[in-house]
Amino acid sequence: MRRSALHLIPHAVLILAILLFALPIWIAIAGSTQDSAAIARGEVSLVPNFDGLGVYRDVLLDGSAGAGPVWRALLVSAGMALAIAFGKIALSLPSAYAVTFFRFPFRMTAFWLIFLTLMLPVEVRLIPTFQVMSSLDLINSFTGLTIPLIASATATLLFRQTFLAIPDELVEAARMDGAGPLRFLRDIVIPVSGANIAALFVILFVYGWNQYLWPLLVATDPKLDTVVIGIVKMIGVDTATEWNKVMATAVLALIPPVAVVLLMQRWFLKGLTEGDK
Amino acid sequence: MERRTLFPGKLLPALLILPQLVLTLVFFLWPAVQAIKSSLEREDAFGISTEFVGLENFADLFGDPLYVAAIGRTAFFCVCVTLLSMGVALVLAVLADTEIRGRAFYRTMLIWPYAVAPAMAAVLWVLMFHPQIGLVGAWLNRIGIDWDYKLDGTQAMALVILAAAWKQISYNFIFFLAGLQAIPKTILEAARIDGARGFRRFRTIMLPLLMPTVYFLLVVDLVYAAFDTFATVYAVNAGGPGQSTQTLVLKVYLDGIVNANVGSSSAQSVVLMVGVIVLCALQFRFLGRKTVT
Repeated sequence: MRRSALHLIPHAVLILAILLFALPIWIAIAGSTQDSAAIARGEVSLVPNFDGLGVYRDVLLDGSAGAGPVWRALLVSAGMALAIAFGKIALSLPSAYAVTFFRFPFRMTAFWLIFLTLMLPVEVRLIPTFQVMSSLDLINSFTGLTIPLIASATATLLFRQTFLAIPDELVEAARMDGAGPLRFLRDIVIPVSGANIAALFVILFVYGWNQYLWPLLVATDPKLDTVVIGIVKMIGVDTATEWNKVMATAVLALIPPVAVVLLMQRWFLKGLTEGDK
Repeated sequence: MERRTLFPGKLLPALLILPQLVLTLVFFLWPAVQAIKSSLEREDAFGISTEFVGLENFADLFGDPLYVAAIGRTAFFCVCVTLLSMGVALVLAVLADTEIRGRAFYRTMLIWPYAVAPAMAAVLWVLMFHPQIGLVGAWLNRIGIDWDYKLDGTQAMALVILAAAWKQISYNFIFFLAGLQAIPKTILEAARIDGARGFRRFRTIMLPLLMPTVYFLLVVDLVYAAFDTFATVYAVNAGGPGQSTQTLVLKVYLDGIVNANVGSSSAQSVVLMVGVIVLCALQFRFLGRKTVT
């Protein structure tokens, strides 16, 4: 009897943790379907009101005070996340291939320069990067929103590690068959890196979707508001906040990145823990 | 480590690496050099001319009690966020690692907050702890605790720490779980035969083997708490009330963009740059430079 009770403790702790993790989301889901005035009086209920689901249509199409329609912000976020994810993979895969499979002058210099970017998060080069963008006339443009975030060392390092593990025999066999470097890249290297590409996609999609400081700085045009920027603007207007709409927007903003992580969980977990170290 | 088998040619690899290199130079290294340059300069009041002032901006910075206070505040914030999220994650990972039913379910339910944006973490916690509309915040006021993070600096700090730590638990959990699962079963079995159980087994066998993961996460979490939480802190109350949640990154933004003091903001950027370099150097020391060589 005592033994079985002891066995329940891990379950109890884990379930408690799951509930604590989920509570903020549940409040947002339940709250989004309720009357804004009731929420403002502090009477938010944990039971969703299914008649209130129309709020999702309202925020998606019309938006709310202080923010435009959410479909537009979701589109900007999705565009940004996808451009960053695919852009980083498309840039770092060839550069990792170049530094692992070739010897050329200044190879290590180039590698170290790319590596240095690890130590330069956007926060420490905020104003000069903004000045570069403004001299290139990229302020308030989708290009300006994405390009400076596309160069990164993490993906290059991860691909380099995968490429180092490709057996020499495979390379020699390919060469014997007359395959050039580009053919080898297309037919062997990219297919064997599939799991890494999938894992990176998840990590980078989430990274792109979740950006805040850079869009805040470089895109002041409300048309370029991402959904994350939009929702912080919404909670900023404190007097006449339509809380159910804030909560509905929060739920909509969370669905895409959470879905990507959960649906691609297997690759993501493997790639994350093997890559970052 | 280097590859033995290579492809011949110099032009092709140069072309392959060029796009990444160009972006790196234009958007990372050039701005970083500019930051260092303008940290050594001062603009006149009208922004017409700049003069070289050496380390004066830095001297001003460290002579400014507000900046020194922000350093202490940031350090406190980073340590709290790191310890809290690592501690909770370690307990959960140890529990989820045991031969427990429903492991896959627990894991899934604990990793999804990885996807939550730092700004969204703030929004969700504000919705919970808002003094009027928040479920928890309003309840605190009903039971007689004077809760309003918009007026009380200590409460504001507690809220940003909780929101920032909550979001980071998943990341730490994923790595702790991977680290625990990498411990060979034979070692655990041998410990069991020798009679090491429960907490003793954890402390003498598992924790030492987990130390590389601990060091790695320590650095990652400190960097996260120092930089990525800009959005969390800014969204909760933009560093307020007063300066009570103003971290160093927030000050770079407020001084540089809002107050347009380029010299001081650049000097602050350089200070942060040194901070990141120190953290990265520590990481390589602990991890034996696994990533680079």
